[in-house]
Amino acid sequence: MKHIFGKRTIVAGAAVALAFSLAACSSDGASEGDAASVATPEFAEGTTMADIASAGSITIGTKFDQPGFGLLNPSSNEPEGFDVEIGKLIAGQLGIAPENITWVETVSANREPFIQEGKVDLVVATYTINDDRKKVISFAGPYYQAGQDIMVAKGNPLAITGPDDLAGKNVCSVEGSTPAENIRTNFPEAQLTLFDVYSKCAEALKNGQVDAVTTDNVILLGIISQDPESFEMVNNPFTEEPYGIGVQLEDTDFRSFINDSLEQSFADGSWASAWDSTAGAFVATPEPPAVNRY
Amino acid sequence: MNAIVENLDLFRSGFLTTLGISLLGGLLAFVLGGILATFRVSPFRPLSGLSVLYVEIVRNTPLTVVWFFMVFGLPLVGLGIGSFFIAGALALGVYTAPFVAEVIRSGINSVSLGQAEAARSIGLTFSQSLRLVVLPQALRTVVPPLGNLWIALVKNSSIGAAFAVTEITAVATRLSNGFPASVIQIFVGAAVAYLLITLTSSAGIAYLEKKAAILR
Repeated sequence: MKHIFGKRTIVAGAAVALAFSLAACSSDGASEGDAASVATPEFAEGTTMADIASAGSITIGTKFDQPGFGLLNPSSNEPEGFDVEIGKLIAGQLGIAPENITWVETVSANREPFIQEGKVDLVVATYTINDDRKKVISFAGPYYQAGQDIMVAKGNPLAITGPDDLAGKNVCSVEGSTPAENIRTNFPEAQLTLFDVYSKCAEALKNGQVDAVTTDNVILLGIISQDPESFEMVNNPFTEEPYGIGVQLEDTDFRSFINDSLEQSFADGSWASAWDSTAGAFVATPEPPAVNRY
Repeated sequence: MNAIVENLDLFRSGFLTTLGISLLGGLLAFVLGGILATFRVSPFRPLSGLSVLYVEIVRNTPLTVVWFFMVFGLPLVGLGIGSFFIAGALALGVYTAPFVAEVIRSGINSVSLGQAEAARSIGLTFSQSLRLVVLPQALRTVVPPLGNLWIALVKNSSIGAAFAVTEITAVATRLSNGFPASVIQIFVGAAVAYLLITLTSSAGIAYLEKKAAILR
């Protein structure tokens, strides 16, 4: 399946919207600009896309506590971040304006049940695609390749560009964690300093007691976002954690639609600008991953 | 069981780290505590005031906070300690010292006033009477409570797992991630390692207590 809605539908939708807003203007002069800014695509009867588009609203699950990806802004009471922007991109392709999206907080433990019970239409929440999860839900994407990365002091004084440069360096992580085990097994030349939480690693890096901190780049991003003056990301992930978009199991049409939307956003630059306006404040824009239509 | 047998070397190094940091911290606590106690009973007001201040501030601060200060606070004022092990021993010593001081002070108070008066009346100075007459008697009576403090200190050293000291608890944490099916066995193993230190200490303390007992 190529693009579900062609150019013609968009043009037709825009024309209808324009006519509608003109009518609104002529009757009472009120502006309908925002609601009309999104095209109204058409979908085959009975698909999830048609249901959502005709309802005119969508419910998206995301994290509310992950800086750079999904973090609740207490003043607007809306989440902000890359996951949120990806959610808006997909909603936009369904003809739904950002203000008609209902954001629901999903934490790691309740993402599958929320999808299964239909509490959310889709989940964009730093959600790693893996085989266990594929048994209960389906994944579109990936839309981002996360992985273990390295955080260094601002300016990267030791010129660390990847895990091989950690030989003989003092590297901080958390005792008992998978990233620490990865360094111990695959990069045994690195000297590990292990605390119980990453905030202590950040403190030790700031004091010069360690040379680098390593764990999942999304966690590092959260630390950097709190203190971008002191830290920076090496931005060279050396493990693979593909982040996908969770939908109901076997909803293949919806999944393909999201994959199409993602590929379009990779191609037209809206994916990159979504990154730039969120996590891009702290980390350079990565290459978009290849969508996996399993 | 495999988790422990396969990683016996790691367990041994964790055990030695716990023992080492406890001995170093304990020695520091005993010396610092002794100094604080003599300051406390000194007739020179500023010294006893200093001792009260230290005891009250440090005794009422959680060990985790003291440890955090030793590891992350000192570097901020240019007194950083390169080794997390030494910083940890310092934290244990500094934290336990006020308790030692209070125990020794109670021992000093248990020596009857007549002893000190007699010492002063034969012409000994304050420090001589403390050193030669009062303290030797005082220390004999405080062997059991000092033993308590030592055992508490050994167990407190487990805080080191959170501050880059790979002692027994850190080893257990690491292994429990690698062997999620054997978490109970791993922590029972850790408990046995602590008991090895503390039960041996208890026996030693009982022996010392008998040796040091004085008949009054």
